[in-house]
Amino acid sequence: MKVIYNTLFKRTSTYAVAIIASTFFFERAVDVSANAIWESINKGKLWKDIKGKYE
Amino acid sequence: MAATLRRFHGLRLLKSTPALNLQQAKQLSSAGSWASNNKKLIGAVGAITGGVGALLFALEQSVQASGSEVHSPAQPWNHKGLFSSLDHQSVRRGYEVYKQVCSACHSMQYIAYRNLVGVTHTEAEAKAEAEQITVKDGPDDSGNFFDRPGKLSDYFPSPYPNEEAARAANNGAYPPDLSYIVSARKGGEDYIFSLLTGYHDAPAGVVLRDGQYFNPYFPGGAISMAQVLYNEVIEYEDGTPPTQSQFAKDVATFLKWTSEPEHDDRKRILIKVFGILGFLTVISYYIKRHKWSSLKSRKIVFTPKEK
Repeated sequence: MKVIYNTLFKRTSTYAVAIIASTFFFERAVDVSANAIWESINKGKLWKDIKGKYE
Repeated sequence: MAATLRRFHGLRLLKSTPALNLQQAKQLSSAGSWASNNKKLIGAVGAITGGVGALLFALEQSVQASGSEVHSPAQPWNHKGLFSSLDHQSVRRGYEVYKQVCSACHSMQYIAYRNLVGVTHTEAEAKAEAEQITVKDGPDDSGNFFDRPGKLSDYFPSPYPNEEAARAANNGAYPPDLSYIVSARKGGEDYIFSLLTGYHDAPAGVVLRDGQYFNPYFPGGAISMAQVLYNEVIEYEDGTPPTQSQFAKDVATFLKWTSEPEHDDRKRILIKVFGILGFLTVISYYIKRHKWSSLKSRKIVFTPKEK
């Protein structure tokens, strides 16, 4: 905890960088996992599942 | 921001205090400074909002016994769940039904061929679909209008040039545009399904004029659209058994998609919203416990003064 505080949160500059970087990874993680859940719930019903038949 | 906070709370919010005591916590509330008239006004606004909401809910839930039409039963649509997408194979079959049956009388002027790409058709297939229609375009270099095959950006063709022509061709009844019909009718896709499969012989006592048919799901019972869906009226390209209820189910699913093209995205984003709000709930709970820990674990000790 102390290490994180001293390296990242103590100065505004590093704090801002930490926020922006963690936002990127958090957003990607939420996005990818939400899509994976969506596709597993609706397996076989989505366009990407039936697309192969028509190409 | 800081100036605004200072105006409301003095400096108390901004000052770092080791532990907030109850006296200070009370002073942080901005409700203390309201005049009693203000409190009454806010109370009245709250009561009225709640009352109107309850009234609307009661009206929506009330038994709908007036009117003579039968209410469509709820069908087990596989897109009904909170996280369930549309069945795109069914939407594609529904497009076939619309194109070969419904489009003879009903327009769908807000849907373009490009909307099919990535939903029911590949780009090449959608282009081939569009090329089957003829579109009047122009003016060209010499100022003349000309006919050309359709492009992806063209909207579905309308069977009649205007409403008057549609009425003249259909005994005075206007076949409604089907683009948003599922959202525009009470009961949505259940209503469409029931209407398409619910044709009957008129019971004794019901008088129908020329060109009218009996359908208990249609308000009034007398509908000007004849029954169009019968078993094997068209053939599906994917070999699905061509039964009347299959046609009705597929076309209702297709119309659900045209009415709510954002349906799938909406539900996918809901999963994301749950994820993010769940994360924020956990954080808020942690911060609340953290901030209150010193207050909740304090001890009040009475030390008598020494004489």
